[in-house]
Amino acid sequence: MGRLVFRRLLATIPVLVLVTAGVFALIHLTPGDPIDVMMAESVDDSVKANLRRELGLDQPIYVQYATWMRRLLRGDLGRSIRNGEPVIENVSRRIRPSLQLAALAMAVSLLLATPLGILSAARRNTSVDRVGTTFALFGICMPNFLLALLLIFCFGVKLRWLPISGYLDPLEDGWPGLRSLILPALTLGLALAAVVTRTLRSSMLEALGEDYVRTARAKGLSEWSVIRGHVLKNALIPVVTVLGLQLGTLIGGAVITEYVFALPGVGRLVVDAVFARDYPLVQGVVLLIAIGFILSNLAVDLLYGWIDPRIRYR
Amino acid sequence: MAGSIRGSGIAEPATAVARPSLRPAVRGRRWEILRQAARTRLGPLGVLVMLLAVTVALLAPVISPYDPLKQDLGHTLGRPDRAHLMGTDNVGRDVLSRMIWGTRVSLLAGFGSVALAMIAGGILGLLAGYAGGQTDGFVMRLMDAVLSFPPLVLALALGAVLGAGLGGVVIALGVVYTPTFARLMRGQVLTITTREYVEAARALGAPGWRVAWHHVLPNAAAPIVIQASLSVAFAILAEASLSFLGLGVQPPGASWGSMINAGRGYLQQAPWIVFWPGAALFVTVVGLNFVGDAVRDALDPRLRK
Repeated sequence: MGRLVFRRLLATIPVLVLVTAGVFALIHLTPGDPIDVMMAESVDDSVKANLRRELGLDQPIYVQYATWMRRLLRGDLGRSIRNGEPVIENVSRRIRPSLQLAALAMAVSLLLATPLGILSAARRNTSVDRVGTTFALFGICMPNFLLALLLIFCFGVKLRWLPISGYLDPLEDGWPGLRSLILPALTLGLALAAVVTRTLRSSMLEALGEDYVRTARAKGLSEWSVIRGHVLKNALIPVVTVLGLQLGTLIGGAVITEYVFALPGVGRLVVDAVFARDYPLVQGVVLLIAIGFILSNLAVDLLYGWIDPRIRYR
Repeated sequence: MAGSIRGSGIAEPATAVARPSLRPAVRGRRWEILRQAARTRLGPLGVLVMLLAVTVALLAPVISPYDPLKQDLGHTLGRPDRAHLMGTDNVGRDVLSRMIWGTRVSLLAGFGSVALAMIAGGILGLLAGYAGGQTDGFVMRLMDAVLSFPPLVLALALGAVLGAGLGGVVIALGVVYTPTFARLMRGQVLTITTREYVEAARALGAPGWRVAWHHVLPNAAAPIVIQASLSVAFAILAEASLSFLGLGVQPPGASWGSMINAGRGYLQQAPWIVFWPGAALFVTVVGLNFVGDAVRDALDPRLRK
């Protein structure tokens, strides 16, 4: 297992180098002068010159890259040009709502998808199955922001059960905090639940056709014991794969969800930085998100080895 | 498919006579694919939705009842009635007309970005798989790097630096989808180049580009087409998301995503501003998914029952 971790970590190094190069290049893709794009026309020339010097944009590009990488290796991701604070501080202030949202959304999706996926497969071609597959199709085709507005309309505007925007920390404020996260978590969780339901159903169906299932049935086990003891364990591997693959979609969905519900998370920070044309902040946050994404994918890869010994020893 | 084209693979470089005999076989195969696609339960429904969307997009100037940009401040947030079948928005613009024009933006972005990704990814995958060695390593690590960004975050960052507008969004989404096609194409190339007909073509002295163009590409096309048909729906969703966030077509231009964003402040007084473009988006994406699934079922013999 240790060798597997080491090998996987080693393989991510060239990718990380290319990712940093890509993020560095971002600011140079801007048509025209990035300083002009970042600052209003009325800003004094000396202020612009200062910013240009501070960002190193007056240096040759290879010097800029070397300096940027040196800083990066020291953990310095640069500063926001709007509030002057280091990127790390901007992100660490916003990470908590994002992680809480992701955890709740994951909980919503698993709570919904596990019974629905199992029932759909076990009762194939019945009305339960049709409910499951329709739900999956609906969730996959429904844009996040539209679902968010639908939930806001039903539970916020019409029924007035839940707040439609804003954030309170559930760990500090308790129930009001949790209430502020219910609609965002549902928005993000339902889409994920759709994908998990579909995957769980098809992997369960595949496992149900295996010889060991026939053997289990032949020795007189009840259908639920067969599913619990033999089918489900084998059907979970593709679900983990899909959860891993969906991480990117989950992060993207979080950007939109945080935007719609005005949650002060990292996703909202990206959108705000993009519209404020705060390129150093965009670069820093995008790089952090990409590193987080790479590490989570690595974790998912290692999780396979843990769940399925056949992969570990390959 | 491999059967009919495999024959041509050997014959083609040597004689031109083999070519005409190939065509009816390929055409027959195409009909077979269409027949298969039509036989799936939801495929025809998806095609109907897609045809409707394409017709609406093409005929937008003719069928749109009003100018989509024309404001009527005396008739803001108007309920749907005879004059405005889907009501009016917060500055009195006709929702139906804006939705019709928005269809153009969605389809252009969806098909445009996937076409871009298909071409770029196809070329890169072909290059990587065919050249091998360091070129392969570099191209594929580059693709891994692109895949290391969550798609929407990458599109957002690229859209931000390329500038708001449809062009920026198409390029941004094209970049996001390129690695999928590059990986697929590379995998196909690696499998196909080991086949006997490619070896035979090489032995007959066909230059590398000719082998790639005439023998590898046609045989690698099926999975690429499947992926493309499945990707369009997601590209349309992604464009709508970016427009919703404020990138993409800029106001007062109409796109489904930006219409929904503009209407979200009026959910209580005028839900129709959000409802109609939302419904159009949802139905189009569902339809395209049906088409994608039907194409996959028809082209992938392993899935055929």
